[in-house]
Amino acid sequence: MKHVWQIGLFSIRDVSRNRWGLLYTAFFAAVTIGLFQFQVHGEKVAISLIGLCLVLIPLVSVLFGTMYFYNSREFIELILTQPVGRRTVYLGMYLGLATALVIGFVIGVGLPFVIAGWGDSAQLISLGLLLVIGSFLTLIFLALAFLLATSFDDRGKGLAGSLAVWLFTALLYDGLVLLAATTFSDYPLETPLLVLSLANPIDLARVTLLVQSDMAALMGYTGAVFNRFFGTSMGLSVAFGSLLLWTATPLALGLWRFRRKDF
Amino acid sequence: MIEISQVCKRFDKFVALYDISLSIERGRVTGIIGPNGSGKSTLIKSILGLVTPSTGTITVNGYLLDGSAEYRQWIGYMPQIARFPQDLKGHEVLAMVKHLRPSPPLLEKKLIDLFGLEHELPKRIRALSGGNRQKLSAVMGCMYDPELLILDEPTAGLDPLSSTRLKEYIVSLKTRERTVLIATHIMSDLEELADDVVLLLDGKVRFAGSVRDLKMQTGEPRLEAAVARLLERSAA
Repeated sequence: MKHVWQIGLFSIRDVSRNRWGLLYTAFFAAVTIGLFQFQVHGEKVAISLIGLCLVLIPLVSVLFGTMYFYNSREFIELILTQPVGRRTVYLGMYLGLATALVIGFVIGVGLPFVIAGWGDSAQLISLGLLLVIGSFLTLIFLALAFLLATSFDDRGKGLAGSLAVWLFTALLYDGLVLLAATTFSDYPLETPLLVLSLANPIDLARVTLLVQSDMAALMGYTGAVFNRFFGTSMGLSVAFGSLLLWTATPLALGLWRFRRKDF
Repeated sequence: MIEISQVCKRFDKFVALYDISLSIERGRVTGIIGPNGSGKSTLIKSILGLVTPSTGTITVNGYLLDGSAEYRQWIGYMPQIARFPQDLKGHEVLAMVKHLRPSPPLLEKKLIDLFGLEHELPKRIRALSGGNRQKLSAVMGCMYDPELLILDEPTAGLDPLSSTRLKEYIVSLKTRERTVLIATHIMSDLEELADDVVLLLDGKVRFAGSVRDLKMQTGEPRLEAAVARLLERSAA
């Protein structure tokens, strides 16, 4: 376990000097500061940030994670010739990269809020939830990235795969759900839609975030059903349970593959 | 030091190693040679645990390789091309390795001096020349004075001075019962260094024995010519 953190700290230091890592933080900071120019209410700023976070965090996490893994391949080999196990190396790299990206995101979004003043509790809750869900998205899409990079030896295939994962979860999935919803609009769809929203981490994140805000009222009847489910502590537990499952499953699968991999 | 018994390795359709049985003796320098794609790297990686053989067993220093990592504390490895994280500094890369090993690196200072690296270590890897990265990799592989040192094309990319110093260092290891494994295409290097050679051809052992036996068997006084003779016979 000690070695997991040694490798983790090593990756954090590496990423913190990477210009893309710095750009990521700077971009969130710039957008958040920009939004504060139009909005005095921090809560509204947090809600405006939801859309950006839902698109950008998965994209950056899955692409950066895959690229980082491929770029570190020879170095991973070198570390594996030291007396450390594969589980240690894999988890160390994952935790290091995840910590770096989460810190980058939290600082980028959080710092402008601190500068603008802490505000009321509603603002704190919406900001806190945004940061937690954003961190979860980082963990999930980084785990998917590592799974892809261990599954494909060919870098081109791995990067194509990570783009495909992002396109599907961020864009295509919603379209398909919408198509299904209009096709079967004669039937009661609340429960199937509820299940479908659990099956995509980005949808899950969106629903969890929106239901906690007042925006749920704008989502119509289905929104009311979602609100009734995710608004309760039970629903919130299910949502976070699913997010955890979405993190653990690709991570475990990737680790399983990594331990059997030939270098 | 190393016992390899009936090792086969298949990658999908391709057979990289075919029924390899070898014994690498302690306190000797063994050269692993063979044409490109003959299985040298796969053999080395199997000993390092980077590749798991399809069948067969490998024992290092009496320890049967079973996927656990402890035995690698006896091994130092210098890869063919060393790639480190670009944004880290030389001494940070060394520090990483030091964090992963239980004992202190006794030879670190001596080797850094030997290769004249002290002024290169505060620079980022990105700013180091290929040769200096290779020297850093040599320091990393040798600094624990490992019982088994595995070198993959160690002199490629090194300037004549560093290359000579590395070779002198390898020769000095023999007096201290260290085992060295060198994969290389440079026969003149092996002529200076190796006691034994293993010649691989299409994933099989074509010859394994002392350099002297190889020269006697082929009637050639030089290693390069002797190996060429063996390869010709195999082709015929």
